Amino acid sequence: MTHAAGLPRSLAAHEVRYCYPGGAIALDGASITVPAGGALALVGESGSGKSSLLRCFNRMLDPDAGTVTVGDSHVRDQPAVSLRRRIGYVPQDGGLLPHWPVLRNVSLVPSLLGMTDPVDLARAALALVGLDAARHGTRFPHELSGGQRQRVAIARALAARPGVLLLDEPFGALDAITRAEVQTVFIDARRELGVTTLLVTHDLGEAAHVADEIAVMRAGRIEQTGTANALIASPASAYVATLFARALAAALSPPLR
Amino acid sequence: MNHLVARVLLAMLLVPWVAGMAQPSAGPRARAVVVASKPFGESYLLCEIFAQLLEAHGIAVERKPGLGATEIGMRALRAGAIDVYPEYTGTGLVAVLKDSLDATMRGDPAAVYDRVARGFAERWGMRWLPPLGFENTYAIAVRRETAARYHLRTLTDLGRASGRLAAGLTSDFIGRPDGLPGMTRVYGVRPRVVRPLAPAVKYQALAAGAVDFVDGYSTDGLLTRYDLVTLEDDRHLFPPYQAAALVGARLARDRPDAVAALTLLSGRLDVTRMRALNRRVEVDGEAAPRVASDALAALGLGPRTALRDAPVPVAPQQSLVGYLWERRAAVAALTLRHLLLVGLAVGAAVLVAVPLGLVLDQRPRAAGVTIGALGVVQTIPSIALLAFMIPVAGIGIIPALIALWLYSLLPVVRHTYTGVRDADPAAVEAAEALGTTAAQRLVMVRLPLAAPAIMAGIRTAAVIAVGAATLAAFIGAGGLGDLIVAGLALADTRMILSGALPAALLALLVDGALALVERAVAPAHLRRRR
Repeated sequence: MTHAAGLPRSLAAHEVRYCYPGGAIALDGASITVPAGGALALVGESGSGKSSLLRCFNRMLDPDAGTVTVGDSHVRDQPAVSLRRRIGYVPQDGGLLPHWPVLRNVSLVPSLLGMTDPVDLARAALALVGLDAARHGTRFPHELSGGQRQRVAIARALAARPGVLLLDEPFGALDAITRAEVQTVFIDARRELGVTTLLVTHDLGEAAHVADEIAVMRAGRIEQTGTANALIASPASAYVATLFARALAAALSPPLR
Repeated sequence: MNHLVARVLLAMLLVPWVAGMAQPSAGPRARAVVVASKPFGESYLLCEIFAQLLEAHGIAVERKPGLGATEIGMRALRAGAIDVYPEYTGTGLVAVLKDSLDATMRGDPAAVYDRVARGFAERWGMRWLPPLGFENTYAIAVRRETAARYHLRTLTDLGRASGRLAAGLTSDFIGRPDGLPGMTRVYGVRPRVVRPLAPAVKYQALAAGAVDFVDGYSTDGLLTRYDLVTLEDDRHLFPPYQAAALVGARLARDRPDAVAALTLLSGRLDVTRMRALNRRVEVDGEAAPRVASDALAALGLGPRTALRDAPVPVAPQQSLVGYLWERRAAVAALTLRHLLLVGLAVGAAVLVAVPLGLVLDQRPRAAGVTIGALGVVQTIPSIALLAFMIPVAGIGIIPALIALWLYSLLPVVRHTYTGVRDADPAAVEAAEALGTTAAQRLVMVRLPLAAPAIMAGIRTAAVIAVGAATLAAFIGAGGLGDLIVAGLALADTRMILSGALPAALLALLVDGALALVERAVAPAHLRRRR
């Protein structure tokens, strides 16, 4: 990489609260930290506030109370647009622009940042996720398989070499085999770049596989944070214990149907 | 691509200007006298007679035949958009002054004329020139066998039998106080069913037995063609309808020469002569200008050069194709003008509606109100909307453009609004989360993805406008509607088709051309998929 890669930056949220405009509580004093270069997975049931907490870091959501920092600075003090250009983001469905070919999609953020060689960066990012720019670069998203689309979305998030990567259920829509494949591609890419990662998933196996640490969320709060082994060995609550027990049971026995 | 668009827009802006330049520039003194008519045969003919009479006296004339109904003619005259048109004293009394026919005026045409002339002069400074010499009153017509079966001779007889009869009436007659309501009040006429009929088809409908009686005019040439019986107004419900030239305030004040010329006709056209002239236009299908010049020549009022050969009726068996071919230049010119009306109106609507749709996307509450309001505009019947335009914008191309523009707004605003709002929300959100500004998202993502929806809105608007523009003829805007309106008035099917067929073809062509544009602006991935 000839490019000045963005240095990994730490992430921290402290006592973050957020209510939806309707009044429902999404975040009720959630706190997490991710060291620079580390990877944290947010797990929990739907509606537990995982995605809301993730979206606080790129200001897609501004909390009502609490502090959110990237590196040493509060996100509130930075213009949302320039903050977002320095943070990679991968949504569940990829969110690729359907009318742009792959190469243009991947070069979006480098172009927005005014970098001199966005297409070269896009090619490199595609190579990082195991795609050949010459073969796939001119295709449109709908001409790719689901797994390829998510790889392109990851390449797009990484093309400008951000110091932070946010992923919101990035592999959730893929079948089991493709998911394992893309997970492996992602883990390799992350290892090479050392980018600080915050991953939202409902899949505990994925969380354990991809992240260093897991934070269990429930009703807008963090129930417990630790490595997968720590959470299994000494769950802080019956909820955490049940969650992992169910996941293990599901992983060990095939579904009865 | 952008060059082409710019050129087309430039051309659309320049054409009316150049067209305006091409017309002989008329100074304030030499301003052409605008002679108009209502949309039926006799009115066309009288308009042409007025026009040729003025021309014979060296006065420049502009013809605006076939203006909507009484309401449109009166609005245009009051607004000064036209100078003179043939009107009937009874209509002036009942429909315009909203006066009723009191007992002293029954059967007294002179008293009605005096009342109307005084009323119009006091209110609007208009002048009713002395009557032309014939009355064209309402005539209720029945088939001869109906008259025999129910012993119908008078309207009193009709009142007695009406419960078993179906009425086919013009919408004008159904509404006006001296029409059906008056017949009910005075004669107890309550038909089994009332069918609103266009003037052009009422006699055919009667002859075919679809209805049992219709409202006609006593001078209609078609009364003789279908062997119909007219019933006597034995209790004088209908006021006297003396025909006269109704002159607007400005012409009455500024152009004594024109007023004097028109007055030469007063008392010269009796009912026999008028019925014969109407028959030549309505039944024999002769062109109104020829019949008019013959009439003036016979009265000794035409220029000597206007004396022409003996009238040659248009061969009625000529095929529609032959008819169209013979008139191809005129039809082509009207088609071009039609296209110009539609192009300007829809083009202007797009310039306003697309930005408006984008603004509404930012203000969902205003969006509901605005789209609702435009929906209300859409429900106003075209002809009513055109009539509303007259006090504001007069008659001619401007009010027609405004009305068509208003009609075109809704489809384009709504499609733009929903197209941009619904454009791939996941892609739009991802673009936001990756650091695009709102403007960048609009230009790079939302507008390109909404382009097919926006184009669909423009296509809808254009096709609607091609149809609505045919009605613009009612307020003198020209276009293919001229042929349709005149054809309806003269009950000339070929003339109607010579306007309606090109209009239908134009709608298909416009839609097809815009479909090509739609394909050209479609997002790249959709084009690739084909």
